[in-house]
Amino acid sequence: MAWYLILLPLLAALLAFLTPSPAWRPRILPATAVLHLGGLLAALRGPLRPGAWLALDPMGGWVLLVISVLFLLCAWYTPAYLALRPNRDNRIFITCFLSFLGLASLLAQATHPGLVWVAMETLTLSTAPLIYFNKNQRSLEAAWKYLMIGSVGIAFALLGTLFIAYAAHMGGLREPLRFDRLCLEAARLSRPWLRVGFILSLVGYGTKMGIAPLHTWKPDAYGETPGVVGALLAGGMTSCAFLALLRVQTVMAAAGEGPFARGLMVVLGLVSMAWAFVFLVRQGDLKRMLAYSSVEHMGILLFGIGLGGPAAAFALYHLAANALVKCVLFLSVGNIHRSYDSRQLPYVTGAIRRTPVSAWLLLLAFLAITGTPPFAPFVSEFNLALLALGPGRTWPGLLFLILLAGVFLAMSDTLVKVVFGAPSRERARTPYRDTFGTTAPLIAALALALVMGLWLPSPLASMLRSSAALLEARP
Amino acid sequence: MLCDLLIALTMLTNFALVTSSRVAKVVRLAVIQGIILGSLPIAMGLGRHPHILLMAVSTVAVKGWFIPFLFRRALKQVKTPREVEPYIGYGTSVIFCALGTALSLMLAHTLPLEPGAAHPLLLPAGLATLFTGCLLLVSRKKALTQVVGYLVLENGIYLFGLMLVEEMPLLVEAGILLDLFVGIFVMGIVINHISVAFDSMDTHHLAKLKD
Repeated sequence: MAWYLILLPLLAALLAFLTPSPAWRPRILPATAVLHLGGLLAALRGPLRPGAWLALDPMGGWVLLVISVLFLLCAWYTPAYLALRPNRDNRIFITCFLSFLGLASLLAQATHPGLVWVAMETLTLSTAPLIYFNKNQRSLEAAWKYLMIGSVGIAFALLGTLFIAYAAHMGGLREPLRFDRLCLEAARLSRPWLRVGFILSLVGYGTKMGIAPLHTWKPDAYGETPGVVGALLAGGMTSCAFLALLRVQTVMAAAGEGPFARGLMVVLGLVSMAWAFVFLVRQGDLKRMLAYSSVEHMGILLFGIGLGGPAAAFALYHLAANALVKCVLFLSVGNIHRSYDSRQLPYVTGAIRRTPVSAWLLLLAFLAITGTPPFAPFVSEFNLALLALGPGRTWPGLLFLILLAGVFLAMSDTLVKVVFGAPSRERARTPYRDTFGTTAPLIAALALALVMGLWLPSPLASMLRSSAALLEARP
Repeated sequence: MLCDLLIALTMLTNFALVTSSRVAKVVRLAVIQGIILGSLPIAMGLGRHPHILLMAVSTVAVKGWFIPFLFRRALKQVKTPREVEPYIGYGTSVIFCALGTALSLMLAHTLPLEPGAAHPLLLPAGLATLFTGCLLLVSRKKALTQVVGYLVLENGIYLFGLMLVEEMPLLVEAGILLDLFVGIFVMGIVINHISVAFDSMDTHHLAKLKD
């Protein structure tokens, strides 16, 4: 099953590359997405068989499930989107899109630190052409920054991986250094090497996640790509980088270095949120606004893992909540962008009259992502705040709440103008209209976020519990 | 002995890299560094392991032949002057490079090495090369020299990886080399697009996006 999940999308990518007809090619996407999700659900039902290089544990399974669902939603949307851009060649786009899913499946199931790194780096390279989809100077700049910053960041993660391998080498551990073996024998690892290895991994994978101040590629990349690529990056690629970091964190926790790692994560998480807040104030570009919102939510994820204990489960829950709602945000902004041929204030105003469905979805998704009940992000943000205000600590929780409130105010300032403002006369209306194909996936994503906020099926809840236990080094 | 000499040579190439004013020369130096590094495992007497021999040969092939081939192709298509055009002067660059090397030697002392480690110089040399790569990345204007910086940075990591080379699984090593190769390849494609779009390789054209 492990190979099925990896090879299915990669073979589909090859098929898409070889398909001569640009009209038929987009249809490969939804078909692959459904087959992948089906295979994943079947794999999650089965017993856990630890493999040498590939195995689906609860943590990897959870992240891959989130990515697979997100991919299905994006794949459902993409054919309708590409039909709006008939003059753009979609061969490379769809090939890279499908490779993304295969490489994410590889990363989620990899049991060896080196393989995780290789998967993450390949993922970076395969997503760069997606950013260059519009083929203009601005998207070229965004793709260049994404490549350079991402590659340098990931190089630091490689050094971190090698440092951890050296920590094991000092402790007399020999290959294969699988994560479960590293955790079992964590007491033997050399502490200085492990600590430096963790810091380098945090810098490296943190760059890919886009936590401040390592996020500088993010606003440019998200700003210049189609919304659907933004959704895939903000919900999928960042989740992959987060998972890679969590794997290192399990080793740290098993070695008794948990407090050291968690302290760093709380600080970096809060720095990210604060940084995002500063740039969200008066942010007139819709897609850049979403990028900073993504920086904020990556901060929330780190903050949650940094709190430790039950908060880790809520952080992983937030990963899914963020992915679903970000999908709605990016796709609805993409629709509005199509309708106005601009994504900047003051040109984009009064969207509720031009594209009512997309505007409503954008508004609801904004309320959801900023923690309005009963959507899923509310559950995680509320519980994280509660846990952060627990006995013996006030400051982190207080700061967390202040920053959440600040982000809400900053984003609402822009969004109210976009949705309700007086309709702009400066921008001629493009032929774009909300259709079933460009809105139904968004409604489904928002509905999923709503259902998740009210009810989480028990197998999923137990996956979250066992992942949190893994992060606490409790078997 | 030979091995220490090669490591010292690598550190000297770092200094040569930050002082070179011609793009073609910077590329040549990076290639020389790559070839030195690729042959290091054999100088370390590890040629008896077939998988290490295989990796050494492919490293030399990729770093010494294929990557320079990509660079030369990118250089040929651009008509602009061949100067490096640093943001900070060559003199200052040398001072920074020397500071970085000194810092690497100090840092290497704080991390304990395995008792009886055969090549204690690998760690400081790796860190110094990493630092040089970062310096080239942030202080040079041309897109191509930035890619050279990335290559040098990877060389630094490779040096450190040699401390573990006997244990590293072939799959991981091959993956790392392949990723470096594909990474440079993709960057080469982007450089081509940049030189077509702006008729130059200067990255200061790439500064339109900001808040």
